[in-house]
Amino acid sequence: MTDQVVITGLGVTSPLGGDVASTWEAALAGRSGVNVLEHDWVEKYDAPVRFAGELAVPAAEVLSVPETRRMDPSAQYAIVAAREAWAHTGSPEIDPTRLGTVVASGIGGVWTLLSQWDNYKEKGPRRVSPLTVPMLMPNAPAAQVSMLVGARAGAHTPVSACASGAEAIGYGTQMILSGRADMVLAGGTEAPIHPLPLAAFARMQALSTRNDDPQGASRPYDVTRDGFVMGEGAGIVVLERESHAIARGATIYARVAGFGITSDAADIAAPAPEGQERAMLAALADSGLSPRDIVHVNAHATSTPLGDLGEAGVIAKVLGEGAVVSATKSMTGHLLGGAGALETIFTVLALRDRKAPPTINVTQPEPELPIDLARDVPRDLPAGQVAAFNNGFGFGGHNASLIIASV
Amino acid sequence: MAHSESEILEGLAEIVNEETGLPTDAVTADKSFTDDLDIDSLTMMTVVSVAEEKFGVTIPDEDVKNLTTVGDAVSFIAQAQA
Repeated sequence: MTDQVVITGLGVTSPLGGDVASTWEAALAGRSGVNVLEHDWVEKYDAPVRFAGELAVPAAEVLSVPETRRMDPSAQYAIVAAREAWAHTGSPEIDPTRLGTVVASGIGGVWTLLSQWDNYKEKGPRRVSPLTVPMLMPNAPAAQVSMLVGARAGAHTPVSACASGAEAIGYGTQMILSGRADMVLAGGTEAPIHPLPLAAFARMQALSTRNDDPQGASRPYDVTRDGFVMGEGAGIVVLERESHAIARGATIYARVAGFGITSDAADIAAPAPEGQERAMLAALADSGLSPRDIVHVNAHATSTPLGDLGEAGVIAKVLGEGAVVSATKSMTGHLLGGAGALETIFTVLALRDRKAPPTINVTQPEPELPIDLARDVPRDLPAGQVAAFNNGFGFGGHNASLIIASV
Repeated sequence: MAHSESEILEGLAEIVNEETGLPTDAVTADKSFTDDLDIDSLTMMTVVSVAEEKFGVTIPDEDVKNLTTVGDAVSFIAQAQA
Protein backbone atom coordinates (compact mmCIF):
# COMPACT_ATOMS: atom_id res chain seq x y z
CA MET A 1 0.00 0.00 0.00
CA THR A 2 1.36 3.41 -0.88
CA ASP A 3 2.17 5.81 1.88
CA GLN A 4 -0.23 8.59 2.74
CA VAL A 5 0.38 12.10 4.00
CA VAL A 6 -1.29 13.03 7.26
CA ILE A 7 -1.57 16.20 9.33
CA THR A 8 -0.08 15.94 12.82
CA GLY A 9 0.17 19.54 13.95
CA LEU A 10 -1.56 22.90 13.51
CA GLY A 11 -0.55 26.49 14.21
CA VAL A 12 -2.30 29.80 13.62
CA THR A 13 -2.21 33.48 14.32
CA SER A 14 -5.21 35.25 12.85
CA PRO A 15 -7.67 38.11 13.23
CA LEU A 16 -9.79 35.73 15.33
CA GLY A 17 -7.13 34.57 17.76
CA GLY A 18 -3.46 34.17 18.56
CA ASP A 19 -3.57 30.37 18.35
CA VAL A 20 -5.57 27.48 16.92
CA ALA A 21 -7.95 27.01 19.86
CA SER A 22 -9.00 30.65 20.19
CA THR A 23 -9.29 31.10 16.42
CA TRP A 24 -11.49 28.02 16.03
CA GLU A 25 -13.66 28.94 19.03
CA ALA A 26 -14.25 32.40 17.55
CA ALA A 27 -15.02 30.93 14.13
CA LEU A 28 -17.60 28.51 15.52
CA ALA A 29 -19.14 31.42 17.45
CA GLY A 30 -19.44 33.40 14.23
CA ARG A 31 -17.36 36.32 15.45
CA SER A 32 -15.86 38.90 13.12
CA GLY A 33 -12.14 39.61 13.37
CA VAL A 34 -12.50 42.78 11.33
CA ASN A 35 -12.07 46.16 12.97
CA VAL A 36 -11.54 49.85 12.31
CA LEU A 37 -7.86 50.61 11.70
CA GLU A 38 -6.53 52.82 14.49
CA HIS A 39 -3.30 54.02 12.90
CA ASP A 40 -2.02 57.55 12.25
CA TRP A 41 -1.48 56.67 8.61
CA VAL A 42 -5.18 56.13 7.97
CA GLU A 43 -5.93 59.86 8.26
CA LYS A 44 -2.50 61.03 7.16
CA TYR A 45 -2.68 59.23 3.82
CA ASP A 46 -6.43 59.44 3.37
CA ALA A 47 -6.81 55.64 3.20
CA PRO A 48 -9.77 54.71 1.02
CA VAL A 49 -10.44 51.65 3.18
CA ARG A 50 -10.29 52.15 6.95
CA PHE A 51 -10.84 48.67 8.31
CA ALA A 52 -9.19 45.26 8.11
CA GLY A 53 -8.71 42.00 9.96
CA GLU A 54 -5.67 42.69 12.10
CA LEU A 55 -4.11 40.01 14.30
CA ALA A 56 -6.08 39.41 17.49
CA VAL A 57 -2.77 39.04 19.34
CA PRO A 58 -0.04 41.29 17.91
CA ALA A 59 3.13 39.36 17.05
CA ALA A 60 5.19 41.76 19.17
CA GLU A 61 3.39 40.44 22.24
CA VAL A 62 4.70 36.92 21.73
CA LEU A 63 8.06 37.44 19.99
CA SER A 64 11.32 38.85 21.34
CA VAL A 65 12.55 42.33 20.39
CA PRO A 66 15.32 40.93 18.15
CA GLU A 67 12.78 38.71 16.38
CA THR A 68 10.56 41.68 15.62
CA ARG A 69 13.53 43.79 14.50
CA ARG A 70 15.07 41.15 12.26
CA MET A 71 11.97 39.80 10.54
CA ASP A 72 9.30 41.44 8.44
CA PRO A 73 5.84 41.04 9.99
CA SER A 74 5.06 38.39 7.35
CA ALA A 75 7.89 36.20 8.66
CA GLN A 76 7.02 37.03 12.28
CA TYR A 77 3.49 35.69 11.80
CA ALA A 78 4.83 32.51 10.17
CA ILE A 79 7.15 31.98 13.14
CA VAL A 80 4.28 32.39 15.62
CA ALA A 81 2.19 29.83 13.73
CA ALA A 82 5.11 27.46 13.14
CA ARG A 83 6.06 27.46 16.83
CA GLU A 84 2.55 26.41 17.76
CA ALA A 85 2.39 23.75 15.02
CA TRP A 86 5.77 22.29 15.96
CA ALA A 87 4.87 22.16 19.65
CA HIS A 88 1.49 20.68 18.73
CA THR A 89 3.18 17.80 16.91
CA GLY A 90 5.40 17.17 19.93
CA SER A 91 8.62 18.91 18.77
CA PRO A 92 9.96 15.54 17.62
CA GLU A 93 13.61 14.64 17.18
CA ILE A 94 13.87 13.99 13.45
CA ASP A 95 16.72 13.71 10.95
CA PRO A 96 16.94 17.36 9.79
CA THR A 97 17.61 16.29 6.20
CA ARG A 98 14.16 14.64 6.19
CA LEU A 99 12.35 17.78 7.43
CA GLY A 100 11.27 20.53 5.01
CA THR A 101 9.31 23.78 4.90
CA VAL A 102 6.95 25.24 2.32
CA VAL A 103 5.72 28.64 3.44
CA ALA A 104 3.88 30.81 0.96
CA SER A 105 3.32 34.51 0.72
CA GLY A 106 1.33 36.52 -1.76
CA ILE A 107 3.28 39.77 -1.54
CA GLY A 108 6.38 39.22 0.61
CA GLY A 109 7.89 41.76 2.96
CA VAL A 110 5.99 44.79 1.79
CA TRP A 111 6.29 46.60 5.13
CA THR A 112 10.07 46.28 5.05
CA LEU A 113 10.37 47.31 1.42
CA LEU A 114 8.26 50.43 1.81
CA SER A 115 9.52 51.52 5.22
CA GLN A 116 13.13 51.24 4.06
CA TRP A 117 12.32 53.28 0.96
CA ASP A 118 10.85 55.87 3.35
CA ASN A 119 14.13 55.80 5.32
CA TYR A 120 16.13 56.26 2.14
CA LYS A 121 14.07 59.22 0.97
CA GLU A 122 13.98 60.93 4.36
CA LYS A 123 17.45 60.16 5.73
CA GLY A 124 19.64 58.94 2.87
CA PRO A 125 21.06 55.62 1.69
CA ARG A 126 23.09 54.96 4.85
CA ARG A 127 19.87 54.76 6.85
CA VAL A 128 18.67 51.80 4.79
CA SER A 129 18.88 48.79 7.11
CA PRO A 130 21.46 46.14 6.18
CA LEU A 131 18.69 43.65 6.96
CA THR A 132 16.39 45.04 4.26
CA VAL A 133 16.97 42.25 1.74
CA PRO A 134 16.77 39.29 4.14
CA MET A 135 13.62 40.82 5.59
CA LEU A 136 11.73 41.70 2.42
CA MET A 137 12.43 38.62 0.30
CA PRO A 138 9.30 36.50 -0.10
CA ASN A 139 11.19 33.31 0.78
CA ALA A 140 12.17 34.74 4.19
CA PRO A 141 9.24 33.13 6.06
CA ALA A 142 10.09 29.69 4.65
CA ALA A 143 13.76 30.22 5.52
CA GLN A 144 13.00 31.53 9.02
CA VAL A 145 10.73 28.57 9.73
CA SER A 146 13.46 26.22 8.45
CA MET A 147 15.87 27.77 10.95
CA LEU A 148 13.30 27.58 13.73
CA VAL A 149 12.99 23.81 13.46
CA GLY A 150 16.29 22.95 11.75
CA ALA A 151 14.65 21.80 8.51
CA ARG A 152 17.29 20.88 5.91
CA ALA A 153 15.35 18.97 3.25
CA GLY A 154 14.50 22.18 1.37
CA ALA A 155 12.65 25.42 2.11
CA HIS A 156 10.23 26.55 -0.55
CA THR A 157 7.91 29.48 -1.25
CA PRO A 158 5.08 29.16 -3.73
CA VAL A 159 3.99 32.63 -4.85
CA SER A 160 0.61 32.45 -6.51
CA ALA A 161 -1.33 35.32 -4.95
CA CYS A 162 -4.31 34.08 -2.98
CA ALA A 163 -3.82 30.45 -4.03
CA SER A 164 -0.36 30.42 -2.40
CA GLY A 165 -1.33 28.98 0.99
CA ALA A 166 -3.27 26.05 -0.45
CA GLU A 167 -0.53 25.47 -3.00
CA ALA A 168 2.06 25.31 -0.21
CA ILE A 169 0.20 22.49 1.49
CA GLY A 170 -0.13 20.67 -1.82
CA TYR A 171 3.57 21.05 -2.57
CA GLY A 172 4.49 19.97 0.95
CA THR A 173 2.41 16.85 0.42
CA GLN A 174 4.16 16.16 -2.87
CA MET A 175 7.54 16.66 -1.19
CA ILE A 176 6.72 13.76 1.11
CA LEU A 177 5.14 11.58 -1.59
CA SER A 178 8.16 12.08 -3.87
CA GLY A 179 10.43 10.79 -1.11
CA ARG A 180 12.27 14.05 -0.38
CA ALA A 181 11.06 14.42 3.20
CA ASP A 182 9.18 12.66 5.99
CA MET A 183 7.83 15.81 7.61
CA VAL A 184 7.09 19.25 6.17
CA LEU A 185 5.90 22.42 7.87
CA ALA A 186 3.63 23.92 5.24
CA GLY A 187 1.37 26.94 5.09
CA GLY A 188 1.26 30.59 4.30
CA THR A 189 1.56 34.04 5.76
CA GLU A 190 0.76 37.62 4.90
CA ALA A 191 1.20 41.05 6.50
CA PRO A 192 -0.39 43.36 3.93
CA ILE A 193 -2.14 45.95 6.09
CA HIS A 194 -0.13 48.95 4.93
CA PRO A 195 -1.58 52.00 3.14
CA LEU A 196 -0.09 51.09 -0.24
CA PRO A 197 -1.57 47.57 -0.62
CA LEU A 198 -4.87 48.88 0.76
CA ALA A 199 -4.95 51.66 -1.82
CA ALA A 200 -3.74 49.37 -4.60
CA PHE A 201 -6.36 46.68 -4.00
CA ALA A 202 -8.97 49.42 -3.61
CA ARG A 203 -7.95 50.86 -6.98
CA MET A 204 -8.67 47.43 -8.51
CA GLN A 205 -12.13 47.69 -6.93
CA ALA A 206 -11.29 44.43 -5.20
CA LEU A 207 -11.79 45.73 -1.64
CA SER A 208 -15.00 46.45 0.19
CA THR A 209 -15.36 50.14 1.00
CA ARG A 210 -18.06 49.60 3.61
CA ASN A 211 -16.30 51.99 6.01
CA ASP A 212 -19.49 52.55 8.01
CA ASP A 213 -19.88 48.83 8.81
CA PRO A 214 -16.48 47.12 9.01
CA GLN A 215 -17.68 43.92 10.69
CA GLY A 216 -20.45 43.53 8.13
CA ALA A 217 -18.21 44.23 5.15
CA SER A 218 -17.05 40.69 4.37
CA ARG A 219 -20.28 39.05 3.22
CA PRO A 220 -19.65 36.30 0.70
CA TYR A 221 -22.68 35.34 -1.41
CA ASP A 222 -24.74 38.26 -0.08
CA VAL A 223 -26.27 40.37 -2.84
CA THR A 224 -24.82 43.56 -1.32
CA ARG A 225 -21.20 42.31 -1.16
CA ASP A 226 -18.77 44.86 -2.60
CA GLY A 227 -15.34 43.29 -2.33
CA PHE A 228 -13.03 41.52 0.08
CA VAL A 229 -11.73 42.70 3.44
CA MET A 230 -7.99 42.59 3.91
CA GLY A 231 -6.73 40.35 6.69
CA GLU A 232 -3.37 39.34 8.06
CA GLY A 233 -1.88 36.31 9.75
CA ALA A 234 -0.44 32.88 9.14
CA GLY A 235 -1.34 29.23 9.25
CA ILE A 236 1.10 26.33 9.37
CA VAL A 237 0.31 22.62 9.31
CA VAL A 238 2.68 19.77 10.01
CA LEU A 239 2.50 17.29 7.14
CA GLU A 240 3.92 13.87 7.80
CA ARG A 241 4.36 10.50 6.11
CA GLU A 242 1.73 8.31 7.73
CA SER A 243 4.13 5.50 8.54
CA HIS A 244 6.47 8.03 10.18
CA ALA A 245 3.64 9.49 12.25
CA ILE A 246 2.49 6.05 13.37
CA ALA A 247 6.04 4.95 14.20
CA ARG A 248 6.56 7.87 16.57
CA GLY A 249 3.06 7.65 18.03
CA ALA A 250 1.94 11.08 16.78
CA THR A 251 -1.69 12.15 16.95
CA ILE A 252 -3.14 12.21 13.43
CA TYR A 253 -5.78 14.89 12.84
CA ALA A 254 -6.56 14.36 9.16
CA ARG A 255 -5.16 13.11 5.89
CA VAL A 256 -4.32 15.08 2.77
CA ALA A 257 -6.32 13.03 0.32
CA GLY A 258 -5.97 14.97 -2.91
CA PHE A 259 -4.43 18.03 -4.54
CA GLY A 260 -5.33 19.66 -7.82
CA ILE A 261 -3.67 22.66 -9.37
CA THR A 262 -4.40 24.47 -12.62
CA SER A 263 -3.79 27.79 -14.33
CA ASP A 264 -6.35 29.71 -16.34
CA ALA A 265 -4.11 31.33 -18.97
CA ALA A 266 -6.96 33.79 -19.38
CA ASP A 267 -6.76 36.99 -17.37
CA ILE A 268 -4.28 38.43 -14.90
CA ALA A 269 -7.00 39.32 -12.39
CA ALA A 270 -10.43 37.94 -13.29
CA PRO A 271 -11.20 34.41 -12.10
CA ALA A 272 -12.11 31.72 -14.63
CA PRO A 273 -14.55 29.05 -13.45
CA GLU A 274 -13.24 26.63 -16.05
CA GLY A 275 -9.80 26.55 -14.40
CA GLN A 276 -11.31 26.26 -10.93
CA GLU A 277 -13.43 23.32 -12.04
CA ARG A 278 -10.40 21.54 -13.47
CA ALA A 279 -8.55 22.07 -10.16
CA MET A 280 -11.39 20.55 -8.15
CA LEU A 281 -11.73 17.64 -10.57
CA ALA A 282 -7.98 17.04 -10.51
CA ALA A 283 -8.06 16.91 -6.71
CA LEU A 284 -10.94 14.46 -6.81
CA ALA A 285 -9.11 12.25 -9.30
CA ASP A 286 -5.95 12.44 -7.18
CA SER A 287 -7.89 11.37 -4.10
CA GLY A 288 -9.75 8.49 -5.69
CA LEU A 289 -12.84 9.71 -3.83
CA SER A 290 -16.26 10.30 -5.32
CA PRO A 291 -18.28 13.51 -4.93
CA ARG A 292 -20.51 11.59 -2.48
CA ASP A 293 -17.59 11.37 -0.04
CA ILE A 294 -17.27 15.16 0.13
CA VAL A 295 -19.41 16.59 2.93
CA HIS A 296 -17.92 20.06 3.30
CA VAL A 297 -16.24 22.80 1.30
CA ASN A 298 -14.26 25.70 2.73
CA ALA A 299 -14.79 27.95 -0.26
CA HIS A 300 -12.37 30.58 -1.52
CA ALA A 301 -15.39 32.97 -1.43
CA THR A 302 -13.77 36.35 -0.84
CA SER A 303 -16.93 38.47 -1.00
CA THR A 304 -16.26 39.89 -4.44
CA PRO A 305 -19.21 40.24 -6.81
CA LEU A 306 -17.68 38.14 -9.59
CA GLY A 307 -15.64 35.54 -7.72
CA ASP A 308 -18.21 34.16 -5.29
CA LEU A 309 -20.84 33.23 -7.85
CA GLY A 310 -18.35 31.69 -10.25
CA GLU A 311 -16.97 29.41 -7.56
CA ALA A 312 -20.45 28.51 -6.29
CA GLY A 313 -21.36 27.34 -9.77
CA VAL A 314 -18.20 25.24 -9.96
CA ILE A 315 -18.84 23.65 -6.55
CA ALA A 316 -22.38 22.78 -7.60
CA LYS A 317 -21.20 21.35 -10.90
CA VAL A 318 -18.47 19.20 -9.35
CA LEU A 319 -20.20 18.13 -6.15
CA GLY A 320 -23.91 18.78 -6.52
CA GLU A 321 -25.57 20.25 -3.43
CA GLY A 322 -24.50 17.52 -1.02
CA ALA A 323 -21.65 19.40 0.67
CA VAL A 324 -22.06 22.09 3.33
CA VAL A 325 -20.19 25.19 2.17
CA SER A 326 -18.52 27.64 4.57
CA ALA A 327 -17.01 31.01 3.67
CA THR A 328 -14.82 31.74 6.67
CA LYS A 329 -13.42 34.91 5.11
CA SER A 330 -16.70 36.44 6.27
CA MET A 331 -15.09 36.36 9.74
CA THR A 332 -11.34 36.53 9.14
CA GLY A 333 -11.15 38.76 6.12
CA HIS A 334 -8.84 37.64 3.32
CA LEU A 335 -5.33 36.70 4.43
CA LEU A 336 -4.11 36.58 0.81
CA GLY A 337 -1.09 34.23 0.84
CA GLY A 338 -2.08 33.04 4.31
CA ALA A 339 -5.71 32.34 3.44
CA GLY A 340 -5.36 28.83 2.03
CA ALA A 341 -3.37 27.66 5.04
CA LEU A 342 -5.75 29.12 7.62
CA GLU A 343 -8.69 27.65 5.73
CA THR A 344 -7.05 24.22 5.48
CA ILE A 345 -6.75 24.33 9.26
CA PHE A 346 -10.44 25.26 9.51
CA THR A 347 -11.18 22.30 7.23
CA VAL A 348 -9.17 19.91 9.40
CA LEU A 349 -10.96 21.14 12.53
CA ALA A 350 -14.37 20.96 10.84
CA LEU A 351 -13.76 17.28 10.09
CA ARG A 352 -12.37 16.63 13.58
CA ASP A 353 -15.34 18.25 15.35
CA ARG A 354 -17.87 17.44 12.59
CA LYS A 355 -18.90 21.08 12.50
CA ALA A 356 -18.81 23.30 9.44
CA PRO A 357 -18.07 26.85 10.59
CA PRO A 358 -20.65 29.51 9.84
CA THR A 359 -20.69 32.14 7.12
CA ILE A 360 -21.66 35.44 8.73
CA ASN A 361 -23.20 38.63 7.32
CA VAL A 362 -25.30 36.88 4.68
CA THR A 363 -28.58 38.70 5.19
CA GLN A 364 -29.72 38.59 1.57
CA PRO A 365 -28.18 35.56 -0.14
CA GLU A 366 -27.85 35.55 -3.89
CA PRO A 367 -31.09 34.24 -5.34
CA GLU A 368 -30.78 30.70 -6.67
CA LEU A 369 -27.43 30.18 -5.00
CA PRO A 370 -26.67 26.59 -6.09
CA ILE A 371 -24.86 25.55 -2.89
CA ASP A 372 -25.86 24.56 0.64
CA LEU A 373 -24.34 27.45 2.62
CA ALA A 374 -23.74 27.23 6.39
CA ARG A 375 -25.15 30.56 7.56
CA ASP A 376 -24.81 32.24 10.97
CA VAL A 377 -24.32 29.07 13.04
CA PRO A 378 -22.14 25.95 12.63
CA ARG A 379 -23.66 23.01 10.80
CA ASP A 380 -23.20 19.41 11.89
CA LEU A 381 -21.30 17.18 9.50
CA PRO A 382 -21.98 13.46 9.19
CA ALA A 383 -20.06 10.78 11.08
CA GLY A 384 -17.91 8.16 9.38
CA GLN A 385 -15.13 8.42 6.82
CA VAL A 386 -15.73 11.74 5.07
CA ALA A 387 -13.73 14.38 3.25
CA ALA A 388 -13.79 18.10 2.52
CA PHE A 389 -12.49 20.53 -0.06
CA ASN A 390 -10.49 23.67 0.52
CA ASN A 391 -10.24 25.94 -2.50
CA GLY A 392 -7.74 28.73 -3.09
CA PHE A 393 -7.76 30.88 -6.20
CA GLY A 394 -5.42 33.75 -6.98
CA PHE A 395 -4.82 36.71 -9.27
CA GLY A 396 -2.86 35.37 -12.21
CA GLY A 397 -5.31 32.56 -12.76
CA HIS A 398 -3.85 30.24 -10.12
CA ASN A 399 -6.24 27.57 -8.84
CA ALA A 400 -5.43 25.17 -6.02
CA SER A 401 -7.85 22.64 -4.56
CA LEU A 402 -7.08 20.41 -1.62
CA ILE A 403 -9.09 17.49 -0.32
CA ILE A 404 -8.71 16.77 3.38
CA ALA A 405 -10.07 13.45 4.67
CA SER A 406 -11.10 12.48 8.17
CA VAL A 407 -9.20 9.77 10.05
CA MET B 1 25.48 67.55 21.75
CA ALA B 2 28.34 65.18 22.40
CA HIS B 3 27.71 61.99 24.29
CA SER B 4 30.12 60.85 26.99
CA GLU B 5 31.90 57.51 26.56
CA SER B 6 29.74 55.96 29.26
CA GLU B 7 26.59 57.17 27.49
CA ILE B 8 27.88 55.72 24.23
CA LEU B 9 28.61 52.38 25.88
CA GLU B 10 25.13 52.33 27.40
CA GLY B 11 23.57 53.23 24.06
CA LEU B 12 25.54 50.55 22.22
CA ALA B 13 24.51 47.97 24.79
CA GLU B 14 20.86 48.88 24.19
CA ILE B 15 21.32 48.55 20.44
CA VAL B 16 23.02 45.17 20.76
CA ASN B 17 20.28 44.03 23.11
CA GLU B 18 17.56 45.02 20.65
CA GLU B 19 19.30 43.44 17.66
CA THR B 20 20.44 40.21 19.28
CA GLY B 21 18.65 39.73 22.59
CA LEU B 22 21.94 39.73 24.55
CA PRO B 23 21.50 41.32 27.98
CA THR B 24 22.82 44.87 28.16
CA ASP B 25 25.20 44.03 31.00
CA ALA B 26 26.95 41.50 28.73
CA VAL B 27 27.99 44.35 26.45
CA THR B 28 31.12 45.71 28.12
CA ALA B 29 34.09 47.60 26.65
CA ASP B 30 36.43 44.59 26.67
CA LYS B 31 34.07 42.29 24.72
CA SER B 32 34.83 41.30 21.13
CA PHE B 33 31.80 41.68 18.87
CA THR B 34 32.53 38.46 17.02
CA ASP B 35 34.36 36.24 19.53
CA ASP B 36 32.46 37.14 22.71
CA LEU B 37 29.10 38.45 21.56
CA ASP B 38 28.76 36.15 18.50
CA ILE B 39 27.69 39.04 16.27
CA ASP B 40 27.92 38.21 12.57
CA SER B 41 28.87 40.72 9.89
CA LEU B 42 25.30 41.51 8.85
CA THR B 43 24.26 42.10 12.44
CA MET B 44 27.37 44.25 12.95
CA MET B 45 26.38 46.39 9.96
CA THR B 46 22.93 46.75 11.50
CA VAL B 47 24.35 47.76 14.89
CA VAL B 48 26.57 50.31 13.14
CA SER B 49 23.65 51.66 11.12
CA VAL B 50 21.49 52.14 14.21
CA ALA B 51 24.42 53.61 16.15
CA GLU B 52 25.12 56.14 13.41
CA GLU B 53 21.59 57.44 13.67
CA LYS B 54 21.50 57.35 17.46
CA PHE B 55 24.78 59.25 17.94
CA GLY B 56 24.64 61.41 14.80
CA VAL B 57 27.93 60.14 13.41
CA THR B 58 29.18 58.37 10.32
CA ILE B 59 31.14 55.13 10.67
CA PRO B 60 32.56 54.42 7.21
CA ASP B 61 32.23 50.80 6.09
CA GLU B 62 36.03 50.46 5.77
CA ASP B 63 36.43 51.40 9.45
CA VAL B 64 33.89 48.90 10.73
CA LYS B 65 36.31 45.98 10.34
CA ASN B 66 38.70 47.70 12.77
CA LEU B 67 36.06 47.85 15.50
CA THR B 68 37.01 44.58 17.17
CA THR B 69 35.77 45.29 20.66
CA VAL B 70 32.87 47.26 22.05
CA GLY B 71 35.47 49.66 23.48
CA ASP B 72 36.86 50.25 19.97
CA ALA B 73 33.39 51.27 18.82
CA VAL B 74 32.89 53.55 21.83
CA SER B 75 36.20 55.33 21.13
CA PHE B 76 35.46 55.66 17.43
CA ILE B 77 32.04 57.17 18.06
CA ALA B 78 33.37 59.49 20.76
CA GLN B 79 36.01 60.84 18.37
CA ALA B 80 33.66 60.96 15.38
CA GLN B 81 31.20 63.21 17.20
CA ALA B 82 33.93 65.53 18.47
